[in-house]
Amino acid sequence: MRIANLTHGALYMLGAYIGVSVMRTLPNLWLAALLSGLTVAVFGGLVERLILRRLGGNVLGQVLVTLGIAFILADFCLVVWGGDPIPVPTPAFLQQPVRIAGLAFPAYRLAVVVIAVIVGIVLFVFIEKTRLGAMIRAGVDDRDMARAVGIPVSLLFTTVFCLGAALAGAGGVIGGPIMSAYPGLDADMLPLALIVVILGGVGSLIGAFVGSFITGFVYTFGVALLPDLAYVILFLPMILVIAFRPRGLFGKFAA
Amino acid sequence: MRQHWPWGLLLVALALLPLVSGEYYINLASQILIFAVFASSINLLLGYGGLPTLGHASYLGVAAYLSALLGLKLGISPLFAAPLALVGTTLMAAAFGLVSLRATGLGFLMLTLALSQVLWGTAYRWVSMTDGDNGLRGLARPMPFGLNLDQASAFYWFTLAIGAVAIWLMAVFVASPFGAALRGTRDQPRRMSALGYNVWLLRWITFIYAGFWGAVSGLLFVYYHKYIHPVSLSLTNSAEGLLAVIAGGSGTLAGPLVGAAIVMLLKNYVSAYVERWNMLLGFVFVVIVVFMPEGVVPGVKRLWRRYISRT
Amino acid sequence: MAALHIQNLKKAFGGLPAINDVSLTVEEGERRLIIGPNGAGKTTLFNLVTGDLNSDSGTIFLFDQDITRRATHRRVHLGLARTYQIITLFPKDTLEHNIALSLLGLSKRRWNAFARSHLPEEAKSVLALVGLDHLAKRPVSEVAYGEKRRLEIAMALAQKPRVLLLDEPLAGLSREERGTVKQLISRIPRETTVVMIEHDMDTALDMADRITVLHYGRVIVEGNRAAVVADPKTREVYLGH
Repeated sequence: MRIANLTHGALYMLGAYIGVSVMRTLPNLWLAALLSGLTVAVFGGLVERLILRRLGGNVLGQVLVTLGIAFILADFCLVVWGGDPIPVPTPAFLQQPVRIAGLAFPAYRLAVVVIAVIVGIVLFVFIEKTRLGAMIRAGVDDRDMARAVGIPVSLLFTTVFCLGAALAGAGGVIGGPIMSAYPGLDADMLPLALIVVILGGVGSLIGAFVGSFITGFVYTFGVALLPDLAYVILFLPMILVIAFRPRGLFGKFAA
Repeated sequence: MRQHWPWGLLLVALALLPLVSGEYYINLASQILIFAVFASSINLLLGYGGLPTLGHASYLGVAAYLSALLGLKLGISPLFAAPLALVGTTLMAAAFGLVSLRATGLGFLMLTLALSQVLWGTAYRWVSMTDGDNGLRGLARPMPFGLNLDQASAFYWFTLAIGAVAIWLMAVFVASPFGAALRGTRDQPRRMSALGYNVWLLRWITFIYAGFWGAVSGLLFVYYHKYIHPVSLSLTNSAEGLLAVIAGGSGTLAGPLVGAAIVMLLKNYVSAYVERWNMLLGFVFVVIVVFMPEGVVPGVKRLWRRYISRT
Repeated sequence: MAALHIQNLKKAFGGLPAINDVSLTVEEGERRLIIGPNGAGKTTLFNLVTGDLNSDSGTIFLFDQDITRRATHRRVHLGLARTYQIITLFPKDTLEHNIALSLLGLSKRRWNAFARSHLPEEAKSVLALVGLDHLAKRPVSEVAYGEKRRLEIAMALAQKPRVLLLDEPLAGLSREERGTVKQLISRIPRETTVVMIEHDMDTALDMADRITVLHYGRVIVEGNRAAVVADPKTREVYLGH
């Protein structure tokens, strides 16, 4: 959507914390993820309508505002949920390891991979193959022309933004059993998200997918081998790719 | 010379400060000056080059760490460590510039952020070198010409002298043909190429120069605090610098100075009453960008001009 | 040696060929007019010549230099200059400053980070050439559209180019302004080769020695004015215009 958004890590964290609170009364992870996603989506919608809308194409403004909101959210979570990490319990039926080809895999992590793939495919089909997706893409490519053809660009943009926020929020809960909810979760998630988008290329879902895999693999192996330089390893793929291909692996234009 | 009298007046006023204030305010003023140099170096990129950077704390932090490490590990005095730290950091700026300038706008911003985060994370984890979260303490201030800078006013005058030279040199840079060309690339990069300018090279040189002054502010920073911690390399630090430029008004020389004062004073006074500095910082970002995007100095200039034309 | 020699130039966007095997040669001192309906690829051709776009295949020669893969600013240093269809001036700066930037672009002084950036007297005299010296100290944003067009051309002329590309210099001008600009262009010395894109056939035809007609990225007709006007393909292309 060509909006510079640094709030995403904080939205993820907010989702995780909301999920934690929900699960205290309704101990169902999936329900919590749904409610979290909805709440964060509403928040995201408000941010987009009230603040980002006024900034138009002002990229620096968008960056600063979303950064500011990220700061606000981070401190807000700290105040409401305190400074200690809060674990999120794994759903009971996924607690046992699964045996595949003689190797034991943690069931929950496999489930997360499956969910991620499904979400990825659904998003891809939605954006690329449905009429609604086409309208969204039209709105991004040429806002005025799309409006002239009767596409409700404003409404669509808000919807997409909310969708993104919802995924972040729900993602926070789904990632909960693996990562817990803790202050600084946003600072840990945001660089990952940014790396994946820039490495994979702005505007490309396939890029995001491939980018995540590459980053994930390189990071996991790198951290195991050279823990001191974990951060360097995390950013290295992105820096290398950008140095040789400013638009990322699958990007349509340089970020 | 006629339009420079306000600067001269300011310099004199600042020089006289220690004679009328107590130690607390002198120290606060030193901090503001250091932050002002930092913000001004960011302004070279943002205000004059049109290149928004979220990673400038890199240069402040690395210069500070280099000076500290050269002192602690190799026993080199701060005065001799200074040129080494400056050269090292400036070379790093050159390298970072090569990478970051592969993109413009948002991509450039992300790259500066990414590189800065690498340094930040490394500072935390490379415990053997940096002592991680403990930071490096017990550092000494330099003794130029044998003068002791431990006293507040002595250090303040030292900082004022260096700060004044820094701002003056940046002013010369901006007013030069190079500076005019740089501003051109900010406004119409395509047109500038068509006029024969090597836009990339102009930007890269500016990037290095901005990194150099960021390093200078880093040295002043570590001398003042006699301590350095990875948080100085953080995104928050870069963001505060950026905020100072935007609040004061990018694209002007006075803007970052005013902005630095505003942010520093806010930090000092408000954080005594408000526990959540980050939240406040966030609010300030949003408010400034949405309601006062051009910053304080251009706003005031406009009002002044209107007042002048009425009388 | 031709001033500008383009050989089999091709450029496609996605699957869409914008320039589809274009070859043309402009002799030194010639006044060449490139016309064609909207979307014919005229501005794309200019962008390829200046280096704003990279071609997919083909070659571009500026005098005896192959500039096909050269960076834009290097081509400018070889004597190429251009104006834009959409005015790309520096709005907050004075007319004087705009010209000064133009003059600075080819001077070694542009790398000088220490001297005072004083405006050379030359800027004023360039403005006088186009009759704009009385507006020298005004910011561009406060000046009329026709005057901005003249400033665009002045900036290009300030570079003393060997080859000048004018992209629709008469666009959006009133009849009177068009007359002024046409006069200006006709006074450009013959040392400068001029290649001009124009949409308005009637006004532009008498300014050119030779005319190239582009359509869908191809050269349809080329020749002197009489030949082009008589050619049935020209009329076909411009049906309804």
